Amino acid sequence: MSSTGSSTVAAVPPVTEVPPPPPPSRWRGKAIALAFLTPAIFFLTVWVVYPAFRTLIRSFYSDQGGNFVWFENYEALFTDEQVQTAIKNNVIWILVVPAGVTALGLLFAVLTERVPWASAFKVAVFVPLAVSLFAVGVIWRIMYQQDPDRGAINAGIVAIQGIFTEQGALTTAKPSTDELTGSPQGGLRLERTLAPGGVALLGLTAIKAGELPAEPEQAVTPQAIPDGITGVVWRDFKPGGGTPGEVETDEVGLGGVTVKLRSAETGDTVGSTTTEKDGSFAFEGVESGSYRVAIGRETFAKPFQGFNWLGDSLITPSLLIAFLWVQAGFAMVITAAGLAAIPRDLQEAARTDGGTEWQVFKRITVPLLAPVLTVVLVTQIIGVLKVFDIVISIVPSSGRDSATVIAVEMYEKSFSGQNRFGFGAAISVFMFLLFVPFLIANIRRFRREN
Amino acid sequence: MATVAEPGREPVVIDEGVATRILRVLRRAPVHVALAVIGVLWLMPTIGLLFTSLLTPSDAQAAGWWQVFSEPSIVTFENYANIFNDEGIVGALWVTAQVTLGATILPILVASLAGYAFAWLEFPGRDWIFLGVVALLVVPLQLSLIPIFELYNATGLYDTILGLVFFHSAFALPFGIFLLRNFFAGIPRDLLEAARIDGASELRIFARVVLPLGIPAIASLGIFQVLFVWNDLLVGLVLAQDNKPIAPEIFSQLRQFGANLEIIAPAAFFSALVPLAIFAMFPRYFVEGLLAGSVK
Repeated sequence: MSSTGSSTVAAVPPVTEVPPPPPPSRWRGKAIALAFLTPAIFFLTVWVVYPAFRTLIRSFYSDQGGNFVWFENYEALFTDEQVQTAIKNNVIWILVVPAGVTALGLLFAVLTERVPWASAFKVAVFVPLAVSLFAVGVIWRIMYQQDPDRGAINAGIVAIQGIFTEQGALTTAKPSTDELTGSPQGGLRLERTLAPGGVALLGLTAIKAGELPAEPEQAVTPQAIPDGITGVVWRDFKPGGGTPGEVETDEVGLGGVTVKLRSAETGDTVGSTTTEKDGSFAFEGVESGSYRVAIGRETFAKPFQGFNWLGDSLITPSLLIAFLWVQAGFAMVITAAGLAAIPRDLQEAARTDGGTEWQVFKRITVPLLAPVLTVVLVTQIIGVLKVFDIVISIVPSSGRDSATVIAVEMYEKSFSGQNRFGFGAAISVFMFLLFVPFLIANIRRFRREN
Repeated sequence: MATVAEPGREPVVIDEGVATRILRVLRRAPVHVALAVIGVLWLMPTIGLLFTSLLTPSDAQAAGWWQVFSEPSIVTFENYANIFNDEGIVGALWVTAQVTLGATILPILVASLAGYAFAWLEFPGRDWIFLGVVALLVVPLQLSLIPIFELYNATGLYDTILGLVFFHSAFALPFGIFLLRNFFAGIPRDLLEAARIDGASELRIFARVVLPLGIPAIASLGIFQVLFVWNDLLVGLVLAQDNKPIAPEIFSQLRQFGANLEIIAPAAFFSALVPLAIFAMFPRYFVEGLLAGSVK
């Protein structure tokens, strides 16, 4: 164009002035603009605007599209049990997630503010955002496994709980003969009463391999003592079987078992002792009378079985935890950027005036951050209204009815074999209505800014 | 500090400095500890997925993934070898790659053309049309699913890569146009006027001036879109059957065969590698893309 013009200058008689390119006619300008816009208009019309109107119309028709049913599909929103649960759950999500995410983000941003290795921390918190919400679902399925040997969350609880409560020495043991009665939950009791000088044989079987003594000792029947009651707790079983109720060679004593002596008349516990390594025990100085011997229930205390995180009652809290885990990084990054933009001198001035860190935080930092925190809140509300992937991928099919949310119901009713397109369309329109306030806010903000 | 002359003072001053520094570090110690603990806790679930994917089914049955710490020798890549022999998974990864590529490049092209028109071309009703685009920003894609499902079934786009590319592209446009229009509007007018006076066509100005200057915004948009499409579950579930992308594919296997972790865990972790790699390579654009896309 202009370059070819200059190269021909030498050949033709010199021109005094190169005329400016003619201003594009109004018609030409519009045509160019239209050419630039056509692809976008095409895609937006075919995939967004037209289907939206179609969905609206569809929502007034029956599921298979044949009959015009007025507002029946919308009425069903209020009668369908699953949709009702979904709406309730979405309300819980809205109450918990935006506030929780904003608080976590603020906390992390403030904590990392003057830490030299903050970027390493931020990467750790940000990683979940890179992983798809579906993979997040798989991750938390693994974390939430109920068996504390496999699910990390329950394992953590066991580790913490183990510090405070002890697990029984024999969690699975059963009596070897009918002489011992009762249940492991209440302790086992020798039915026969004993007087001082008596010997109690307390045989147990079904002992878990891991709970057998590490250094087994042959069980021995203790000698009777005149003013006391003695006895043995032993594994009444040996390879090959053995005779129940008899202490035999190769049968091992069970140490560390709590044995209680109770008065046969009143049932009061009058003594308590722990067995030796060979399983023997002795109550000395027992007054005359009749007594019963029992193995305390603490011996059979089962270890923590693990919370059923993905069961009906805990599933929504479990999902909320997983979602907070994902979104905290998002809030942290936005809040940290906002924090960096706050003029330092205001906070410094407040500190020199004697304000405590907490006062500075509450009165200066948070109010200055308010616009940023609002952005976090609003994006989280929008995200929560759309939440789908994480719910459908963490929740086992049995728990769906109690964990469901609106977007999940829209999918389930329309596509997972139910094909209720009329109802599904009504749920979609309902979802859209939830976004209308944000739509209006966007438009208002845009008009104000331009 | 004025008493420089006295020799006895000097070491005292240094001692104070060290002491206050130690005191300061000590006072901040709880913060460091808390951050370290939170950081480890936050990484743990992802590490749990990685480790679970490295266990044989029987090891994963027997104990938690943390057994890897006490017994690192049980780590095996068997599961990964198996999923790469699984035609369903490999095919799904291939589909995901194609859909992601197409549904990132196409909307970037279309949105930057439109963004340029909204920012720098004069035409009647410009601001009103743009307001319409802003209004579409928060429209949930659920609103389109049923009619598009029916349309795709009628036209043969159902279960095709092209069908997924078009759907994702269309829903990327409101946000893409919005982002790029605002970015392009910030380009100095002089640059464009100079090109116009040189006689460059609008298309030439767009390609040679606006696009190169718009690279930061385009990169953010591109990364956001790659993440969104790569990680998508819902659209793939609804609009594909035999050509599902990876997330819907694993999800369907999960629903059909129950929880066989030896397939799901490695597939989920492998599918997370792409976003993680982008995060590692372009952390700035990654964060900016996510933040910019949050208005969506």
